[in-house]
Amino acid sequence: MTQPSASAGQPVWILGATSGMARGCAIELAKRGHPLYLSGRDDEELRRLALDLSVRYGVTVHHGEFDIEEIDSHADALKQVIETCGGLYGVVFAIGYLGDHLKAREEWREANAIIVRNFTGAVSVLGLAANHLEKQADGFIIGVTSVAADRGRQSNYPYGAPKAGLSAWLAGLRNRLAPTGVRVIEIKPGYVDTAMTYGLPGLFLVADPNDVGRDIVRALDKSRDVLYLPGFWRLIMLIIRSVPEPIFKKMKL
Amino acid sequence: MALAELQTQITGWGRYPLHPGRLNRPEKIRDLRLPESGGAIARGQGRAYGDAATPHDNELAVQTERLNRFLAWDPMAGLLTLEAGATLSEVIEFAAPRGFFPRVAPGTRLLSIGGAIAADVHGKNHHHMGSFGSHVSEIELTLASGETVVCSPREDAELFWATVGGMGLTGFIRQASIQLQPIDSVWVSARHYPCANLDEAFRIFEDPLRDDQHTVAWVDALASGPNLGRSVVMAGHHAVRDELPPHVADNALALKPKKERNFPLDLPAWALNPLSVKMFNALYYKTQAAKTAPFVCDIESFFFPLDAIGQWHRLYGKRGFAQFQCLIPRARAHEGVREILERAAKARKASFLSVLKRLGPGNPAPLSFPDDGYTLTLDLPYNDKLPAFLGELTDRLTSYGGRLYLAKDAFATPEQFRIGYPQFDQWLAVKQRVDPEWRIRSALSQRLGMEVGQ
Repeated sequence: MTQPSASAGQPVWILGATSGMARGCAIELAKRGHPLYLSGRDDEELRRLALDLSVRYGVTVHHGEFDIEEIDSHADALKQVIETCGGLYGVVFAIGYLGDHLKAREEWREANAIIVRNFTGAVSVLGLAANHLEKQADGFIIGVTSVAADRGRQSNYPYGAPKAGLSAWLAGLRNRLAPTGVRVIEIKPGYVDTAMTYGLPGLFLVADPNDVGRDIVRALDKSRDVLYLPGFWRLIMLIIRSVPEPIFKKMKL
Repeated sequence: MALAELQTQITGWGRYPLHPGRLNRPEKIRDLRLPESGGAIARGQGRAYGDAATPHDNELAVQTERLNRFLAWDPMAGLLTLEAGATLSEVIEFAAPRGFFPRVAPGTRLLSIGGAIAADVHGKNHHHMGSFGSHVSEIELTLASGETVVCSPREDAELFWATVGGMGLTGFIRQASIQLQPIDSVWVSARHYPCANLDEAFRIFEDPLRDDQHTVAWVDALASGPNLGRSVVMAGHHAVRDELPPHVADNALALKPKKERNFPLDLPAWALNPLSVKMFNALYYKTQAAKTAPFVCDIESFFFPLDAIGQWHRLYGKRGFAQFQCLIPRARAHEGVREILERAAKARKASFLSVLKRLGPGNPAPLSFPDDGYTLTLDLPYNDKLPAFLGELTDRLTSYGGRLYLAKDAFATPEQFRIGYPQFDQWLAVKQRVDPEWRIRSALSQRLGMEVGQ
């Protein structure tokens, strides 16, 4: 059983709450007694997830629509969350859009959607949240990127590149907020068994989204700032990163 | 956006038959729907033994496991509303610490609620409580047309009862409200009655003094001659606090942490043979028959003994097994059970697990399995002679006015099905109303010739 932590009762905002991994996070946070605000594009799904969390774990769960691509709406969205919850302690950014890498070669719209949802939008909304947390000098930001951020590969670099951008941005934010006590944690999941990967051929070591979601929240209990999930991906990516470029560019990855 | 699909081989818990098919797995409720064209069937945890949740060849099975959200809980009424992909196990984990338990629990908690409704499952208390569908107060269905409808015993009762026991063929069950019962503890006060033969077992079942909320018999299906029907009747009820030893009474609603161990490998075909099963049965009889004094046991091992060994179907090897579960009406039950056991013992079909239960009156669902009488279950490893043997057994069964449990069956013919389910036409009328083109269909509906007029 999870013990309620010292921050229990402090509200957490989950962005991209309808994803499998986000649900795992929400469950772990609810077990710890955090009131939640779930954001996403699909109101009916948010409503069902909110009911599930409040019925099973007895926490207050709010929800609201949020579109990462509507950058101008982000400030209002943050305000809405703070007003509804009576404050904000933590943010989990679980929005991820793999997109279609072949389509992205031909159509800028697709390439741009991948960039906005994984990077530009994240910078906008997390930037606003960071300013709030900086003033309050307490709380956390968890950003979910991907192992794809570690090295560009022909099969997913349109997705890996914005995730790598977010990775660097989070590192800078961590550097800036360290003196205030606000934690900035980056999670790099490997393959997770969600709608994003369902039915894709050739996947290996696919992790359960509930386990990954739980471990994302457990990162708060540890001191590490960048976490690979499941942990063995740290080693896999170490190997992949250390392949010299002259060899790497000839590999089919 | 269309959901990703997985092209694969699909089978039930018995691992026979195997059909090529496609799977998808919606994570959002709106994606629980039919494909643009072709047929489909919903699939929960794949715990139906035969082909009930297996699609026609190369058609779609929609896995509902991610649609498992709890939507409302009324502790005063004991009413839980949840999405149909949730498992009974999730319900128990939620309800037990709050002092509630499902009114009807089958032999596994690892099935989905949608599956429990579609098969109208029963437990060891059918003669007192009826079947699962009798405690469902409302069902939300997505019909083949894409329309979402609500039905209950009061609102479109015909569709409700056609869905209970309807093997998932009336629509995709989205969510349901189920009635739970208050319990005092997560313990069962149990007692065993050893029976040297079938006559003794029937005598115990018919004796109101030996009966309890939950009563079931394990039968040694290899015993023959004067020992035919050698069995242990197991009776028990949800323990009240006074029955508990002091060290558990204080924490009477705390579930034991789950320790599930997976069966490690597919056993080779020769491992389960009449000799090994006979040895197991003798040992089991000896240990279980000894528990004649009342004892307290935890809820999990009383209701779901097999769940403790995950993937236990591997016991029967890669070729799989069949479960023959039949109902014989009360008037001829003794005679019918005797004949089936005699045939099984004579054919030396090594049934690892055989169970005999008394059932009570059925509900209004035309395809619901349980009804007033006795049900006998045999687990039989698959081999080339099995289909013929089961065919004979089923013919004998129907001559007694009996029927097979569709959630377990993989071999029955359309004729055997029709004889066993005389109310099929009543069910079919509802099916023709809600899905005249038979878009929702399964390998089972095809095999049993349910898709008449197509």
